[in-house]
Amino acid sequence: MRVALFVTCLADTLFPDVGKATVRLLERLGQQVEFPEAQTCCGQMHVNTGYLRDALPLVRRYAEVFDGYEAIVVPSGSCAGSVRHQHAMVARRYGDEDLARRAEAVASRTYELSEFLTDVLGLEDVGAYYPHRVTYHPTCHSLRLLRVGDRPLRLLRHVAGLDLVELPDAEVCCGFGGTFAVKNADVSTAMLADKMRSVLTTRAEVCTAGDSSCLMHIGGGLSRLNAGTRTVHLAEILASTRDGSAAPAREAMM
Amino acid sequence: MTTFLGIPTAPRGVGHLRGDEPFPVAARKALANTQLRRNLGKATATIRAKRAAVVAELPDWEELREAGRAIKAHTMRNLGHYLTELESQVTARGGTVHWARDAIEANRIVTDLVRATGAAEVVKVKSIVTDEIGLNDALAQAGIHAYETDLAELIVQLGKDRPSHILVPAIHRNRAEIRDIFLREMSDVDPGLTDTPAALTEAARLHLRRAFLSARVGISGANFAVAETGTLVVLESEGNGRMCLTLPDTLITVMGIEKVVPAWRDLDVFMQLLPRSSTGERMNPYTSMWTGVTPGDGPQSFHLVLLDNGRTAALADETGRQALHCIRCSACLNVCPVYERTGGHAYGSVYPGPIGAVLSPQLTGVEDNASLPYASTLCGACYDACPVKIDIPSLLVHLRARHVEETARAHRMASPEAVTMAAASWVMASPARWAAAQSASRLGRVLGRGGRIRRLPPPLSAWTAARDAPAPPRHTFREWWRKERGGRP
Repeated sequence: MRVALFVTCLADTLFPDVGKATVRLLERLGQQVEFPEAQTCCGQMHVNTGYLRDALPLVRRYAEVFDGYEAIVVPSGSCAGSVRHQHAMVARRYGDEDLARRAEAVASRTYELSEFLTDVLGLEDVGAYYPHRVTYHPTCHSLRLLRVGDRPLRLLRHVAGLDLVELPDAEVCCGFGGTFAVKNADVSTAMLADKMRSVLTTRAEVCTAGDSSCLMHIGGGLSRLNAGTRTVHLAEILASTRDGSAAPAREAMM
Repeated sequence: MTTFLGIPTAPRGVGHLRGDEPFPVAARKALANTQLRRNLGKATATIRAKRAAVVAELPDWEELREAGRAIKAHTMRNLGHYLTELESQVTARGGTVHWARDAIEANRIVTDLVRATGAAEVVKVKSIVTDEIGLNDALAQAGIHAYETDLAELIVQLGKDRPSHILVPAIHRNRAEIRDIFLREMSDVDPGLTDTPAALTEAARLHLRRAFLSARVGISGANFAVAETGTLVVLESEGNGRMCLTLPDTLITVMGIEKVVPAWRDLDVFMQLLPRSSTGERMNPYTSMWTGVTPGDGPQSFHLVLLDNGRTAALADETGRQALHCIRCSACLNVCPVYERTGGHAYGSVYPGPIGAVLSPQLTGVEDNASLPYASTLCGACYDACPVKIDIPSLLVHLRARHVEETARAHRMASPEAVTMAAASWVMASPARWAAAQSASRLGRVLGRGGRIRRLPPPLSAWTAARDAPAPPRHTFREWWRKERGGRP
């Protein structure tokens, strides 16, 4: 199988460890991973802020870059959601039916990481070892756009050494919302305060999720308060093994 | 792609579809009100739990939602047909139908009808749509006093307040506040009134009873109007609506044109969807239905005012028209994490919450409510809760796009945001430019300490006001890949 990594612009630029962990994990599971260097961004920020025309070249680029791959793996529910639920809509809005069809074809082979592991590879135990107390935040787009359901939890339950604690009010949004976090910063931080309260009641040392963006938000709040809980992407936990080939530890957030 | 056809929207200066301030400004004030936060958190959590329980009882809930969606979509595609059918049925059964282009026309029609009866008082129920058009103000100018008889609407009216929820207009008030309002505003109230729900309800009951028995004109909204028979339908909980609809000699119903349904059998679907989604009950206590005029029984004069007020403009937008499918259950408000924290006033419209954020801008024209489509994280909880499957997140994005397009048309100079977005698109359209921009962003490392940045310049200062930002790492992912996997693709 030709597997491509769509690392996402955010992880590429700010959270490269998430991309590295995804590569290590997939290679450990026997996949040959390619990183098409012509990739940039899915355009979600443009779409969700209303700049659909500016997203059009990015939709086209995604469809072209990932055309030949049997599976495209994305360590983000939100970016995978944008590819699957928005790309064809953007193309159609500007009358490009041909691009819309190609976008749909590529989108049908685009998987969020936990979907790829469980649905395509048929795995729940990926052989990971992570001796920490962890709580899992199901991000909105993974939950309600992609419907990943309990796939990430099934993967986490099979991680050796991991003490999984249930997050209260888990399905409530953390308040990130892309440019919402800046345009409506007050409401965003009010939501974040409630999410942090839930995270902190678990007494977990790590809060994980499948999206670097939401983790950047939750982690940014926890870091500001020196709350003693850090955020780690699901890929980094699943990439960690007993022999120490874990993603490099980071002292501060993320 | 949809085209703006220039169809009139709801006029300015009348009614309550526009706020005085943009959402973020109004929201900031609401967030600081800790009593409001407490009241809303408690009330929405209670309704959410009740709704979830009764929805879970129905094995065919998803099929019902799909049926509701399909009926509404069909009706919107054939709205003109069903409205004229409704008109001819109502007329054939002794009612009179009036067509109101907007709030101003509707207010004039209703005021003239009340004046013609000589009445100086009216009793009202189910009146969001009349609040949309500011009917009470118009009546007051004509010297006519309107009694709101829905308990929560009465609380809002006596408190000289604004409704903050579609179903529970006084959701922002707790019972201690309601007691204070009653003691202050009800001339006939027992000064020893306590704040128990039974005592408060009894006080309202005594206060309203005189109005019910003396009023010669009743004014209502409607939940549904059945085109094939001309039957109007109102669902309520208190029985006050039943009194408004049956005791007065004249009944005037103001109804948005989107409320029509083709046939009786459609009510089979909506009567299952609406109570469970709104109050979290299997069935609401009172459902009143009336068809024209029945001699010797109930109002002997019935007027139906069909209100447009921007609805045809919404209908003209093939994507946006979904917002007209709304049956005003308010389930989306109760599950919305933004609404739960700000309450309804921050939205500035009688239609708050997620549905308000997609409906109000369409009724007024997007530019008059341009901050509302952005008042959401696009978390999707509203879409899951909606009994007629309105894809609110997609509508929000669509209206954001309309706002961006209309802004670009109206201004020769692009906004700083538009310039940023265009620049980002240009950079990201080329991997070489993208890699160069990533290298440049590494300059941000000087701002970081211990991997985190505590302060960024505007507009990102809005982020760092309460959240650290990650300092850019030493290497991007693609640099690592190139170094590690050099020759490979």
